[in-house]
Formats: sequence, C-alpha cells, structure tokens
Amino acid sequence: MIKRRLWQRFIAHLDPILLTLLGLLLLISLVVIYSASDGNWFRVLAQATNILVACVALWIVANMPLHYLMRAAVPVYLLGLVLLIAVAFFGEITNGARRWLNIGVTTIQPSELMRIAVPLMMAWYFEKHEAILTLKNYFIATLLLLLPVALIARQPDLGTAILIAASGFYVLFLAGISWRVILTFLIISMASMPLAWSTLHDYQRHRIMMLLDPAQDALGRGYHTIQAIIAVGSGGVVGKGYLSGTQSHLDFLPERTTDFIFAVYSEEFGLLGNLVLLSLYLFVIMRGFVITAHASTYFTRLMAGSITLTFFTYAFVNMGMVSGILPVVGVPLPLISYGGTSMVILLLGFGILMSIHTHKKLVQT
Amino acid sequence: MKPHIEFKDTQREIHYFRVRLALSLGFVLLLLLILLARFVYLQVIQQSHYQTLAENNRISIVPIAPSRGLILDRNGVILAHNYSAYTLEITLNKVVDLKATIDELAKLVDIQPGDRKRFKRLLADNRKFESLPIRNRLTDDEVARFSAQRYRFPGVEIKARLFREYPYHEQISHLVGYIGRINEGEAAQLEEDEMAANYRGSDYIGKTGIERSYEGELHGKTGFQQVEVDAGGREVRVLSRTPPVSGNNLVLTIDAKLQEIAEQAFGNYRGALVAIDPSNGEVLAFVSKPGYDPNLFIDGIDEQSWNELNNSPDVPLNNRALRGQYSPGSTIKPFMALAGLHYNKRAPGYTISDPGYFGLPGSRHRYRDWKKDGHGSVDLFKSIVVSCDTYYYGLATELGIDNIYSFFSEFGFGKKTGIDMEGEVSGLMPSQEWKQKRYKQKWYAGDTVSVGIGQGYNLVTPLQLAYATATLANNGVAYRPHLLKEVQNSRTSEKRTLATKLESNLNLNSEHLTLVKSAMVAVTQPGGTAAKAGADAPYTFAGKTGTAQVIGIKQGEKYIESKIQERHRDHAWFMAFAPSDQPKIALAVLVENGGHGSSTAAPIARKVLDYFLLGKVPQPLLIEDEAEGAEHD
Repeated sequence: MIKRRLWQRFIAHLDPILLTLLGLLLLISLVVIYSASDGNWFRVLAQATNILVACVALWIVANMPLHYLMRAAVPVYLLGLVLLIAVAFFGEITNGARRWLNIGVTTIQPSELMRIAVPLMMAWYFEKHEAILTLKNYFIATLLLLLPVALIARQPDLGTAILIAASGFYVLFLAGISWRVILTFLIISMASMPLAWSTLHDYQRHRIMMLLDPAQDALGRGYHTIQAIIAVGSGGVVGKGYLSGTQSHLDFLPERTTDFIFAVYSEEFGLLGNLVLLSLYLFVIMRGFVITAHASTYFTRLMAGSITLTFFTYAFVNMGMVSGILPVVGVPLPLISYGGTSMVILLLGFGILMSIHTHKKLVQT
Repeated sequence: MKPHIEFKDTQREIHYFRVRLALSLGFVLLLLLILLARFVYLQVIQQSHYQTLAENNRISIVPIAPSRGLILDRNGVILAHNYSAYTLEITLNKVVDLKATIDELAKLVDIQPGDRKRFKRLLADNRKFESLPIRNRLTDDEVARFSAQRYRFPGVEIKARLFREYPYHEQISHLVGYIGRINEGEAAQLEEDEMAANYRGSDYIGKTGIERSYEGELHGKTGFQQVEVDAGGREVRVLSRTPPVSGNNLVLTIDAKLQEIAEQAFGNYRGALVAIDPSNGEVLAFVSKPGYDPNLFIDGIDEQSWNELNNSPDVPLNNRALRGQYSPGSTIKPFMALAGLHYNKRAPGYTISDPGYFGLPGSRHRYRDWKKDGHGSVDLFKSIVVSCDTYYYGLATELGIDNIYSFFSEFGFGKKTGIDMEGEVSGLMPSQEWKQKRYKQKWYAGDTVSVGIGQGYNLVTPLQLAYATATLANNGVAYRPHLLKEVQNSRTSEKRTLATKLESNLNLNSEHLTLVKSAMVAVTQPGGTAAKAGADAPYTFAGKTGTAQVIGIKQGEKYIESKIQERHRDHAWFMAFAPSDQPKIALAVLVENGGHGSSTAAPIARKVLDYFLLGKVPQPLLIEDEAEGAEHD
C-alpha cells in the first residue's frame, strides 16, 4: 500500500504518453548507436548512462512547481550571458572556434545552457508584462534574444545560434508579435543577406556552397554530405537491414554516432524506418502542442510552445542536413544522437513540459 | 507613433494563441512533408542510383598481375627471370605529410635523390590510393629496421614484389631486350588494342628485343579480386578471386654459351655476329657489341647512366645485328659468282687477265682492284679465293643491275628477313627504279660496277648476310630466321614448338653451288684470304672475307690503315658456314673499324665454329670459367 502510494507520487508528474514516445525514441537511439559504433557496447552503455542522467533531470524538473522555474529564469539567463562573455575572452579554441570554457573541474559549453535559458527568460519577460504588451516589450524581448545569439554566432557556432534564435522567435511568435513586424523583419533580413554573407566565416560559406553543389568538392567538404545522401538513398524502401549498412560499417559516413546518425538509421531501415521515426517525432510534437494548448498561464504556454517547436526544429534541421536539403550545421538528431549535454537539455525541456501539464492539473483539483 | 496597446482579455488572448499554435502545427506538418518527399525521392525514385554509388564505394576490383614468363636459351639456361624482393611502398592518401614521411624513412633505409625523383614521377601518373614504391629491393637489414619502426609510418608498407632480372647483364642484352614501366604512349596503344584491362595491375611492358617482340606470350593473363574496401581503401574481405595466369616461358634458339664465346671473341671491338642453323633457320647466336645492362632500364634508368649510354660514341643501344646497315663489301662475291653462272655470263673455266684495275668502255675512270698490280689470270674459283675485284667489275657490268637486283633479292638482300624481333631494317638493294625514286637520277653503268664488289649503294644488315649465307649453305633452300624455339606453359609445362617456316627454294644449279662453295672452302685454306683463320681447323669450313669502306678514298690515293683514325677505318666482314659438306651453322660477322675481314672478323668466326662444332672453349674464357668454378667450390 505504501509502496504503491510512493510509486504514485513518483510518477505523479510524469506524462505517460510523452514518456512512452520518448522511451521508444531512446530505445531506437541505443539500437542505432550499437550499429553505428560497429557493435561497441561501451558506446551504448555510455549513451544509456547519458539517458539515465537526463531522465533524473527530467524527473526533477517535472516535479518542480512552475514558480521555481520562473524564479530561476533571470539568474540562469544572466549566468549564461556571463559565461558566454567569459567564453569570448577566455574560451578555449578548438577547431578554430571559441566555444568551450574551462572552469577548472571540466570544460563547459555555455551555449547549451542558453537553449533553455533564452526561451525561459523571454517567456518570463512576457509573463511579467502580460497586462499591456506594447511594441517596446517585443523589442526588449528581441534584444534579450539577440544578445546571446550574437555572442554564440561570434564564437563562431552558427548552428546553435540559429537554433537559439529560432527558439526565441517561437516565443515572440506565440506571444503574439504582430504580422507586420514579422513581415518587416523578413524583408529586412532578406535585404541584408549579402551583408550577412560578408560577415560569415569561410567554413560557413563553404557549407552553404556545399549545399548548393556538394559534388564540386567531393573529396573535401562535400564528402560528408555526399556519403550521407548515398547512405540514405541506397537504403531504399526497406533498408539494408540492421547492422548491414555498407556506408556505415565501411567508414564512409562521418560522425556516425552523433550528427550523422540519421544516415546510419536511414540506410539500415529505409523509408519505412524513416516513416516510423517521423511519426514518433510528430506524435511527440502533437503531444507537446496539446500540453501547450492546455497550459494555464501565459508563461507556461510560451514555454511549452517554444520547447515543442524547438525540438521539432532540431529534428528537422538534422534530417534535412543529412538528406542534403539543408547545410551541414552540426546539430544532433534529438533523442537519437550520442551525446550527454544535448540529451540532458532535451529531457530537461520535456521535464518542463510535463511539469506544466501536471502542475496545472494539481492546481485545478 | 501611437502605442500599440492590448488590454488583457484572457479569452481573446487564448484564442489568438491557439490560432498561432495551429499555424505552427501547419508549419511543422509542411516541413515534415518536405522531408518525407525528400526521403521518397532519395529512397524510392533514386534508390538504384544511390545503390550503385554505394556498391561502387564498397567494392573495388583489384587486379592481380601475372608473373612474367621466363626466357631461356635452347639448353634451358635462364636469360631473364623473376625474383621476389621487398619494396617499401607508400599509399598517398593515408599519409599526411609526404615529404616529412620520406625524410623520416630516409633515416631508416637508404633513399637516394634518384629514388625520390622516380617516386615523384610515379605520383604524377598514378591515383592517390595506389601503393607506390619509394624504394625497391630492400636489403634484409633495411626490412628489419623498418619493421621495428613500422608503427610510426601509417600508410607505408613493405611488400613482396616480383622483379625482372637479366643475369647476363651486358651479354645477350640486344637479344633479350628489357622491360620497363608502361609509358603514356604504350598505355594508349594498349587501350587501342583493347588490352588495357589485361594490363591493369601490370607496371611493366617489354620495351625491346624478345621482351617486346613476345610481350603477348610473356605477359600472361591478369587475375582479378573483388574486394570489399572501407572508406580508407583498406581491404576488408575478398568477395571473389580469379587467379592470374602466368606468362609463358620462352625457349629461344640461342645457345647462351655460344653467344658468350662470340661476345668474348669481339674483345673491345664493336660489331655484330649472327649465326643461323641453315637447315631450319634457328638463330644460334645473335650478338651486337657493345651491349648494355638491361637491368638498368627496368625501373627507369637514372639520368647519368642514360646519358652515358645515349651519348657514347659506341652507340651501345643500337642493335647492330638487326638494325646496323653496312656496305657488304666482298662478301657478296660468292652470290655474284652464282648470278654470273645462273645468267650464263660466266662459265667456270672462263678466265680474265687482271691488270689491277677495270675501266668502262669510253671512260678513263679506273676502278681499282684492292691488289695494286692485279691477280694475274683469274677464273671464277680464284676470283673468290683471292677476292679479285676486277673480275667482279666486269661481271657486274655484263650482268646489268636488273639481273643483279632480281638475283640478290631472292637471297633476301634489301628485304627484311622477317625474323621474330621488332625493329628490323631492310638494308638496301639498289635498282634503277630505286635510284630514280631516291635521287631522281637514271642509273649509270658506273653504279653497277661498284655494286659488283659490294661498295655501291647496297647496304646489308649482319642478320641479312647471315641469312643469305645460310641460304647458300643450304643449297638455296631458305628458312626464315627465328629466335623462338618453343613456348612452354609455365603451369602445365605443355610445350608448343614453333613450326619452321620455309621461306623459299631458289632452285639453284647444284654444279654452280658446288663450285662456289668449294671456292669458299679454299678461302679458309692456304692461299685464301682467310687462310690464317682457317689454319689447322679439324673441319672444313667455307668462308668469305669482306671490307666495307667507311670513308671514300680519292682516285690515286692509297688506303693506309695505320694512317687513318680508328673510327674511319674500314669495317671488316666475314661470312662462313661449316662443316662445308653438311653445314650445321652459317654465320656473318661484322667488326666495325676492324680493317680487313681476314684479320679481325674471321678469327671471331673461327672461335664460334670451334665451340659449336668441337665444343672447344677459347683459352681466356677457359681460365675465367675455371676461376669461377674454383670460387663455387
């Protein structure tokens, strides 16, 4: 009896539908990582550990009342900003980019923190000024977004910058920024394209050029894209079978367990596998939207909507990049790619979603 | 600007929010559809295209080069063979800094600037993932040293490869020839002949001599291996294998020992010797002096050696036996005599009185005999024995160039013999037609006079003269000269003997032949021009000396050998066959700037005949052989 009540308390703030979907995706992750790492159990075990840690984070956040989260918004955002500035001055340079900060014990990547911190801060800000929202408020919210985005883009880490910008934009959009502003912004950004091009780093330009014609540098920068497309295409309808992807197992694919894991999956499971994966993602997103639609406060609606849409964006950008319709921007496939930080951040996001859903219920009863 | 103000209206706000949420969902669905469309395009519509690309990625066809056939002499002595040796090879796309890697390697194994140069050349015309040798023939020491440090050199490997070797070095070089790396022109030719596939994996091709002429027999058939490779080009596993078929071994008609003796007999002289078995056309010895070391050419000759060979006044790269063209001099006299008998211009007993010169009617020009005061009374027999020029001036004039041309053509003068070696030249047998074409001039009677003693326009190769001698020895029955005796399948040891090819039968009158031959025998006996060379021979042999002028001697001047620069001295000829009644060997010797045939060319012929007929090894060689034997003991 006690045991049962304890169990009930344990799962009280978890969303069974979302949990099931996430569980299926994470299972796929372990299965595909086993293949992508050529049967390396250590890699699978390491990913399982990542998942476990992330699940703990999810559970903690899901059980956290929302005002805790709101209270955390400003300090977390400011901390992230300070760290980003610190990176700009003292960061460690790897591969020509200054992204990591050595904090003695370990190195951290503050831009990861900003994935949650930025929408959190913006949602908090809109909640604060919910009563009367003026253009000024949108303008300030945009500044809150652009400041960290600019710092991250300067590192340079264009992929993360764009995705954080997207997550912020979703908050703005859901907060009701007027269509006129969106349109004006679109026109201005279109017009400033040439200017933006000139500020891009060589390797970023290369990646964009590669997207337009990967074959022009088949052994150089276009190589990854071409091999990934070959992997996806040769998978056909039913795939080559688990552990039988030649592109994957003969080393033709780069970064097989991380950014290009979708190519491995797609080669071995084919179009049918892709349909399963797309469906799972779609269900997760739809569940996210249901939670968003039923969220009780302005803050929670914005938060839930942004988290859901950002999750989708990650999935879309990664699959688009692997299948060659988007430039290679170094974004992992959410919930599938190997990696600790991104797993924790993602499940943290879903923890917030669950918290939003379950605490509202508790409030209502 | 009027501030945009919205008052809090929860219901309206939620409505607006849901509209935006719905729009977002639409956005999500749209993008997912785009992805799906992309997947369908790649995985359904273009599937076979990418399938092919993936297979091409995965499977690599690796050729397995066959081992080249051996070249043996008629007794099974090896003239060209293969040996296995270690090479140090670099696969370019696995090496980060090529120069640094080579510099590091140079600390372990001896890498000469020449090796680097050659490697650079190889790099230029090979693909990135092919393994290319930076050093060939590593010593055991070097192999051991590299093996210990191997971990430091990713992309560098030691491989066992087969190398061609010519154990006789300078000797027999012109006959055997050599192989070398396939160059662009040859690659294009292979492509044209649709042989390119069979040469995938072969680095070498025959360049000269037998190696070139019998490339098709020697090369063998390339095998193939279907290999699964990873992105680095490393073999993962073998999917299927078609083994190569080794090239055929060639047994030549040459007797290596005879060849060796002939080459030694030349001493420091330049020249050529061709010996033929008159009964079947088998070439027994095929000498061109000086030779060169064919081993130098296999992996691309270094510049210094090349310059030495190429710029040497001795022209060691010229195959004189096959391509050297010389005035035949007096060696044509036996043929002239036969022509005179054949066309009834001379009877055996017809005698002339030789004053030491010949003049054409109506001309004051004197054609001098080599003997200033003449030979006195000369009949056909004596004309050959003493090599009387005056006799042949008159005979030639009476025969006329047309008869001479047609008779000599039958003996193969002015035509390629058709020997089984590429690059043969045809020499020159002049005719009225030829002169008209070549010089736009009519044929003068004086031209015929010079042709009569082999000092006119006519040119022969040592091979041609040997062939004509063999035909004469065999009573006018000509067999095409050939170097290949037999082809052996190196795997099954199955043998294929080459059919002797009867070229022609001149149907010569046997009395004429007997007369001319007996005169040639007399040449090597006391009173003959080659009496010294023929002294004490336990067999009878027929011969004829000849001298080919290198520079013209003006009217009234005398040719004094000692006063003329060595290279302007006459070339010496000697033709012979033996035993005279049942000829087993016929030969022609040319010694460049050797002066008289009797003094330099005939002794060489004698040594060759002595060995061939009696098994007698000349003294200097004998000493060498004993010394060698002692060493082996």
